[in-house]
Amino acid sequence: MKHLRSFFLRLVGAFSRSEHDINSEIEANLQLHVDDKVRAGMTVEEARRDAILRLGGIDPAKEAWRERRTIPLLDNLAQDTRFALRQLCKNPGFTATAMLMLATGICASVAIFAFVDAALLKPLPYESPARLVAVSEHSPQCERCNLSYQDYLDWKRLNTVFTSLEIYNHNGATIPTASGPRMVPIGRVSAGFFSTLGVKPILGGDFSARGDAAGAPRTALLSYGAWQTTYGGRADIVGQNVILDDTPTTIIGVLPRDFQFAPAEPSEYWVPLQPTGNCEKRRSCHNLYGVARLKNGTSVEAALSNTQLIARQLEIQYPDSNRDRWAKVLPLSEVISGDIQPLLLMLLCGAGLLLLIACVNVSSLVLVRTEGRKREMAVRSALGASPSRLWRQFATEGLLLVVAGGGAGLAVCYWAIQLLLKLIPERMLASMPYFLRITLNARVLAFATVISLLAATLFALTPRSRLSKAALRGDLAEGSRTVAGTSWRRLGSKLVIVELATAMVLLVGAGLLGKSLYRVLHVELAFHPDHLATLNVNASGKRYDTDAKMVKWARRTLSSIASLPGVKSAGTSSMMVVSYNGNSQWIRFVGKPYNGEHNDVNFRDVSPGYFETLQAKLVRGRFFTDADDLTKPKVVIINRALADHYFPGEDPLGRQIGNTTLAPDSLKEIVGIVDNIREGALDNEIRPAMYLPFNQDPDSGFDLVVRTSQSPQAILPSLSKAIHDVDPDVATVRPITMEDRIHDSPAAYMHRSAAWLVGGFAALALLLGVIGLYGVIAYSVSQRTREVGVRMALGAQRGTVYRMVLQEAGILSAIGIVAGVLCSLASATLIQKLLFETPPRDVTTLAVVAGVLGMASLLASYLPARQAASVNPVEALRAE
Amino acid sequence: MGKKTEVWQGTLALMVLKTLETMGPLHGYGIARRIEQTSGDRLMLNYGTLYPALLRLEQEGSIVSRWGLSENNRKAKYYRLTRSGRREIRRAAQDWEEATAILACFLATPSPPQET
Repeated sequence: MKHLRSFFLRLVGAFSRSEHDINSEIEANLQLHVDDKVRAGMTVEEARRDAILRLGGIDPAKEAWRERRTIPLLDNLAQDTRFALRQLCKNPGFTATAMLMLATGICASVAIFAFVDAALLKPLPYESPARLVAVSEHSPQCERCNLSYQDYLDWKRLNTVFTSLEIYNHNGATIPTASGPRMVPIGRVSAGFFSTLGVKPILGGDFSARGDAAGAPRTALLSYGAWQTTYGGRADIVGQNVILDDTPTTIIGVLPRDFQFAPAEPSEYWVPLQPTGNCEKRRSCHNLYGVARLKNGTSVEAALSNTQLIARQLEIQYPDSNRDRWAKVLPLSEVISGDIQPLLLMLLCGAGLLLLIACVNVSSLVLVRTEGRKREMAVRSALGASPSRLWRQFATEGLLLVVAGGGAGLAVCYWAIQLLLKLIPERMLASMPYFLRITLNARVLAFATVISLLAATLFALTPRSRLSKAALRGDLAEGSRTVAGTSWRRLGSKLVIVELATAMVLLVGAGLLGKSLYRVLHVELAFHPDHLATLNVNASGKRYDTDAKMVKWARRTLSSIASLPGVKSAGTSSMMVVSYNGNSQWIRFVGKPYNGEHNDVNFRDVSPGYFETLQAKLVRGRFFTDADDLTKPKVVIINRALADHYFPGEDPLGRQIGNTTLAPDSLKEIVGIVDNIREGALDNEIRPAMYLPFNQDPDSGFDLVVRTSQSPQAILPSLSKAIHDVDPDVATVRPITMEDRIHDSPAAYMHRSAAWLVGGFAALALLLGVIGLYGVIAYSVSQRTREVGVRMALGAQRGTVYRMVLQEAGILSAIGIVAGVLCSLASATLIQKLLFETPPRDVTTLAVVAGVLGMASLLASYLPARQAASVNPVEALRAE
Repeated sequence: MGKKTEVWQGTLALMVLKTLETMGPLHGYGIARRIEQTSGDRLMLNYGTLYPALLRLEQEGSIVSRWGLSENNRKAKYYRLTRSGRREIRRAAQDWEEATAILACFLATPSPPQET
C-alpha cells in the first residue's frame, strides 16, 4: 500500500518541475546549523563552510533529493520527450513528411485489417461457434454441392456426430403491397435452425419443432431490419398475418438486431422449409445446404468420416441418384467468409508492404538526420552522455513520430473504412453482413499498436550503429569536414534496395490483377451485352397453375413488351446469363453407352426469340419458334461445349437426350447447336448446357432480356409497366441494363476491387520508393560536393560526373529490381487464386513493371545527377 | 577513537521515525543533530542524505511536513509523525530486533582453533 502511494507520488513528481520548497528547506536548515556553530564560537563564514561540508554540498544534496522525488528513468524520458518535441518542431519538413508517410501506411494497414478482422477473425455471432459446421454434398463436378432433402433426412437420422443437423436455402417470395406485388428475399430453414445456432428471437418465439412438417401451419420469423423498415418496429407484430407467395403466414417472432447468416442473406423473412415441393421428394434434386452442431469433443474430421460413411451407404443403396455424391463437412466460419478470404489476405499483404516501404523511407530520413546531428551527439557524448542515453534520445523521437503518425493514420482510418464500405455495391454488402458493423474494436487497435511498436523499434534501431563510442569519437575528431559516413551509405543504400524491391512486388501484384481484371471484363460472352435491358419477372404459381395458363401469360407479356417503342426484340430464360453455373440436370443420350455416370449439364428454359435477342451465334440447326409447344414433339438446343464433349466428331442434330432412365416423356430431339453463351459468372468455366423451349416446359417466372434500338437505360421504367398491363399482380425485380448487371456482378466486383486497391497501394509504393531513391542519391551528392569539385578541378567532364551519380543510382535500382523480381516469383503462388486466365509468373507483366520502375528510378536520380554536374569547382572547394 | 561510523543502509529511516516519536515535531537539522546526540556522537551523519530519506517517508505517508518557526525565530520545515508512521516504527523495530538476534546467534558460535 505505502509503496503504491509513494510510486504514485513519484510518478506525479515527474511532471512538476518546482524546486522552490527544497531550496528553502536546505537554506533554512543551513541557517539553523550556522546559528548553532556561531553560538559555539565560530565566525559566520567558517560556520557556513562547515555546514555545507556536513551537507556534502548543496547540489549533490538536491540531486539525491530529486532522484527520490521522481522516477529517474521517467524523468529522463520526460526530458527526452521535451527535447524531441523541440527537435521535431524545428524540422517541420522532416516531421511532416515522416508523419504523412507513416499515417498513410498505418491507415491502409489498419483499415484493411479491420475488414480482415470483421470477416475472418471475429467469432461468428452464435453460441459456441467453433462447434458449428457446414454440411454439404461433394461430387467430382462441385466442391460444395447442394444437399438433397431425402439425403438430408438419412444423414440426420443416421449420424452419430451432430447434436443437431439443420438445413437452409435462400430464395424469394412475393408479398402483396399497395403498389403491386413485391419480391422479398426469404431464408428457408428447418425448424431447429435457430436453436442450433443458439439464436433466440427478441420478440415472440422460435419455430415449433413440427413447424417444418408438410401441412403444418405457415409461420415466419422477421429479420430485425424488415421489422424496422416494413413494420416500423411495431410491438404488436407477433401474431400478425402476411401473405407470402399467396399463402397466409403468421409472424411468430422477430430476430435479434445483430443476427446474421451470410449464406442466406439478405433475408427479410425466415420460414420453415416444408417438404411440399416436387424437389424434396426426389433424391436426385439438390437444393439445400446443411448446418450442424458437433457433439462436444467431436472433431470436424470425425464428423466428416461419419457422414462420409452414411453417404457411401446411400450410394450403394441408391446408385441411380447417389453415385459419386459424397459428404463434405467444414467449419461454418470457413464457409461464411471463405470466398473473400484470399482477397482480404492479399490486400492485407499489400497494405503491409506499403507500410514497410513507408517505414523504410522514414528510417532513411531518420538516418540522414542522425548524420546531420553527429556533431551534437559527439559533443553530448564528450560531456558525459552514455551511448545508451544518446540512443534513448533518438528512440524517443522515433516513438513520438510513430505516435503522431499512427494517431493521424488511425483517425483517417475510420473514414477510410467508411469509404471502402461505400465502394462495395449495396447488393454485395447485403450478402456480406459481417461487414455491416465493422468497427475499430480492441483487436484492430491492438493490431495498430503492434505495427506502431514495430515501426518505432525500427526507427530506434536505425541510428544505433551511429552511436557507438568509437563512432562518436571519430565524429568529434573529424572536425568540420563533412564526408558522407560510410556507415550511412552502407545502411542507407540497403534501405533503398528494400524499398525498390517491395515496390516491385506490389507493382507486379497490381499488374497481374489489372491484367486479370481486363481478361475478366473482356471474356468471351458469345452474345452482345450492349443495348440489352433485363428484368426478373415472377408471377404467382397459384394463379398460373397449368402449363397452358403459363404459356398464354408469357406470350401476352412478351408481345406487350415487343410493342413498346424502341424495343427490337425480347426473350426470356429461366436463368439470367452471366449469373452462375447451376440449375443443372443429369442427362443421358439415346444410342450411347451409359454406366450410371452423372452427365451434369446446365439446363435453361428459353422463349422463342431469346437467342435472337441475345444475338447469340447459331452454330448448326435452328433456334426455337413459337410453334415449339406442348402439342409438338419435345426439342432441345445444346451449346457447343455439350456437342464437343459428348459428340466429338459426330453430328448431334437429330440425336435424342433423356433423363438418367431415358423415360419416354423425358426424351428430346436436338434441333440446334448454339455458341457457348456465358451462363456462369465471368470467371467461371464454360459448362455444357442445354436449352428447352419455354412453351414445352413453362414456369410462372422468368428472366427477361430486351434488345433496344436506343439506350437500354431509357426503357427500364416502361418494362414493368408493360408487364403490369398484362397482369398487375406480377412481381418485377431489378430492372437494369445488361452491361450494368455484368459490371456489378460479384465476379467483376471482386476482380475490380482487388485490382484497384492493390493498384492504389502499388502507386503509393512506387511514389515512396522513388522518393526514397531520390533522397538517398540527393543526400549522397550533397555530401560529395567537395569530391565532385576536386574531380572537376582535376579535369573531369560533366558527362563523367553524370555517369558517376547515375551509376550509383543505377546499381541500387538494378539490385532492387532484381530482388523485387525474385520476391515476386517466390510469392506468385499467393496471388494465384485471385487471377483469371493470367499466369502468376507472367513474363510481360514482370518486364513492363521492371521497365516502369527502372524509368522512374532513372528520373529520380537524374535530378541529383544534374545538380552534381552543375557544381562549380571553385565554390565547392572554397565552401568547405 | 576519533573514527565515527557511517549510518548503515536502511537504518536512517527508523532513526528518523524514532527521533520524531520521542521528540515530537522537529525540523531537518534538529533531526540530524538529535540522531547524532542519541548515538553518543558516534554516528557521523551526511546531512545531504537526510532529504531523500525524509521525502521518502513523506511519500510513504509515515510523516507529514509543515513550515513553521524555530525557537530562535527562523523559518523551518517541521516534520511530524503520523499514525501510520507509528505503526511503521513498531514494524521496523521488530524486523531490526529479529535481524540482530539472528546475527547474534552467528557471532555467538565459537571460532575454530586456528592452524599455524
